[in-house]
Amino acid sequence: MSKYLELAIGFARTGVTGYGGGPSTIPLIEFEAVKKYKWMSEEEFSEVLALANTLPGPIATKMAAYIGYKVKGNIGAAVAILTHVLPSVIAMLGLLGVLYSFSHSPIVGGMVQGVTPVIGYMLAEMAYRFFQNGKKGLGLSKMLLFSAISFILIQLVGLHPGILIATFLISAFFIASRKEKAAKTPDKDVVELKEKSS
Amino acid sequence: MIYIEIFWSFLIANLLGYGGGPATIPLIQIEVVNERDWMTLSEFGDLLAIANALPGPIATKMAGFIGYEVGGVIGSIVALAATILPSAIAVILLFKFVNLFKDSPKVKLMTKSVQPIIAILLAVMAYQFFLTAFENSGIFHLVLLALLSYLTLSRFKVHPSFVIIGALLYGGIFLS
Repeated sequence: MSKYLELAIGFARTGVTGYGGGPSTIPLIEFEAVKKYKWMSEEEFSEVLALANTLPGPIATKMAAYIGYKVKGNIGAAVAILTHVLPSVIAMLGLLGVLYSFSHSPIVGGMVQGVTPVIGYMLAEMAYRFFQNGKKGLGLSKMLLFSAISFILIQLVGLHPGILIATFLISAFFIASRKEKAAKTPDKDVVELKEKSS
Repeated sequence: MIYIEIFWSFLIANLLGYGGGPATIPLIQIEVVNERDWMTLSEFGDLLAIANALPGPIATKMAGFIGYEVGGVIGSIVALAATILPSAIAVILLFKFVNLFKDSPKVKLMTKSVQPIIAILLAVMAYQFFLTAFENSGIFHLVLLALLSYLTLSRFKVHPSFVIIGALLYGGIFLS
């Protein structure tokens, strides 16, 4: 199957089944991108999600843009965004009269209620996997510490997640730079130590 | 010119709307209702209710519809472009930049360091969805649907689309 067709099907499907706005489609997009079509690894998906969160604007279209671009360049990005967005926009324009009467119908209300726990479960399951990944990369104690810090700052203090992500990224950059420097100039340190000890 | 006004309104709402589509809704409302008088607050509320009844990203549904109301098909396209393009282009450029340094230990450590934040963000979102479900449908339906989600998605690896369609049917029948 052509990559364009894969992108179109994957993003149309996530656009049409994602109830409750962009963020609720994230687990669905992850399913298509990582499990079904294997456009990227789980780690790369989490990287994209983190960086996309540091930028303003709708999250689902940012994800579509990057994933489409990664798979098939600029046209791939256009295909992914359009197939994700257009079905619901066209439905909204075309069915306005019908939808107007439906939006207050108890059946639609019930359907939204039915989907809410499913989205909640999908998000919880993803959170669990990210937690496992983080544990693998950082070790359990650091993972718990950083999670606790994130929770306090985002939930209790009300800091914007994008700012926190940017801060973590910048600190990690400097910590890694220092480690690199330390690794590159071991002889000098040894010499200095020797001088001191003598 | 009306198209420029549409473009600016949606550009500003989405650039300031930090945190995904739903976060931009109040900002779109400020632009559309308070600043430009394109519709009344209650019209905007109805529109939001309709948009919520449909699947798909919320910000683009609002943009597509309001753009159409104000400036026809071209208005709709302009509003959608202003909503999607700036952040889509920014994310691609950001990644081109990051991929230059993909194998550097710096980028690797940076990737690891944000895992806890993402995990917490997702966990908080999950909690909010569960809380909404608990408030609207009660503990019984919440536990049953969450359990069924676990069985179908994690145990039997059913495609999420089918699970969602199933949940829509369940809700339409038992929760209406």
